[in-house]
Amino acid sequence: MSVAPTALDLTRIAPGFADPTAESQAAFRQIMDAVARPGTIQTLANAPQAPQGLDRAAGAVALTLFDFETSVWLDPSLRGGAAEDWIRFHCSCPLTDARAEAAFAIVTDVAACPPLSSFNLGDAKYPDRSTTLVIQVADLAGGRSASLSGPGIKTEATVAPAGLPDGFWDQVQANNAQFQFGVDLLFVAGDRLTALPRSIRVTIKGD
Amino acid sequence: MSSEAVVETTGERRRWLSILAKAMASEVIAAWEGLAERPAFRALRAPEIGMVMVRGRMGGTGDAFNVGEMTVTRAAVRLESGETGLSYVAGRDRRHAEIAAAVDAMMQSPALRPTVEGAVVARLAEAQTRRRDTAARKAAATKVDFFTMVRTRSPA
Repeated sequence: MSVAPTALDLTRIAPGFADPTAESQAAFRQIMDAVARPGTIQTLANAPQAPQGLDRAAGAVALTLFDFETSVWLDPSLRGGAAEDWIRFHCSCPLTDARAEAAFAIVTDVAACPPLSSFNLGDAKYPDRSTTLVIQVADLAGGRSASLSGPGIKTEATVAPAGLPDGFWDQVQANNAQFQFGVDLLFVAGDRLTALPRSIRVTIKGD
Repeated sequence: MSSEAVVETTGERRRWLSILAKAMASEVIAAWEGLAERPAFRALRAPEIGMVMVRGRMGGTGDAFNVGEMTVTRAAVRLESGETGLSYVAGRDRRHAEIAAAVDAMMQSPALRPTVEGAVVARLAEAQTRRRDTAARKAAATKVDFFTMVRTRSPA
């Protein structure tokens, strides 16, 4: 179920990367490093000014990874606004309302984030086809601390994104428990990004 | 850009976009460089080169078929005064695409339009007409008229 496109009003659209080839390659490298080393924070200094409602890092992820072959689920708060037009113009990606079909999802209102299990979890033949969620939070530090272990982490790492709702970490643990299936998470705040792939085991301090 | 600044109908805009798309890159660049004042602009979508499938219909009305792929370059720019223009041009010349988008933006602005209407758009249209005429004349010179000899009665 993809969303029928409407005509874009070009006069409202902000520019994307100034030098798309070099800048999207640089951003790709940083996103890849973030996913390869969970718990580390990457600063996407090249990220252009994103439209209202979207953080710069989320915009850079969209410009780098979304294209005409990836269907994208957008947070309802972004629908119909400048961010939706910007993503459609620069990424040419189809938008979808069906979370189970989305290759990517952008969540800006994390308190109202739909259950992680409602997104595409991949299938036995192609577990890589699951949804990658871009979750926009107020800050990458200051929240409840979660310790991480797994591939890409030598001993232990921690993340503490702020503003995650109650029960979110339970969902992340359930997501890891069904590996090889599961979604991959990218947390963004401002121009900073950290990744939490499905392969990572999460322990909450005090549990 | 205020809404009343958009004065063009789709048909007119289609005409100049078509002229800019089919013009030769060297002509577009020369016409642009020849302008006394060129507004500053920045890229909304930096020029990118791609391919489009050209489709045709048999006999103009029949079933659609793929004629073949052609290279196109597209760009979108915003002038400092706020107008937005876009272009899809034939070939792989990035500068051509950028200038075509800037001219499209200027053509949409009543204030800037006189600057480019004659010096760029009309000039390119004229060059295209001239090229088509030359080609048509060269083709016409090779035309062979087939006719049937009328048998004449031999003098008795």
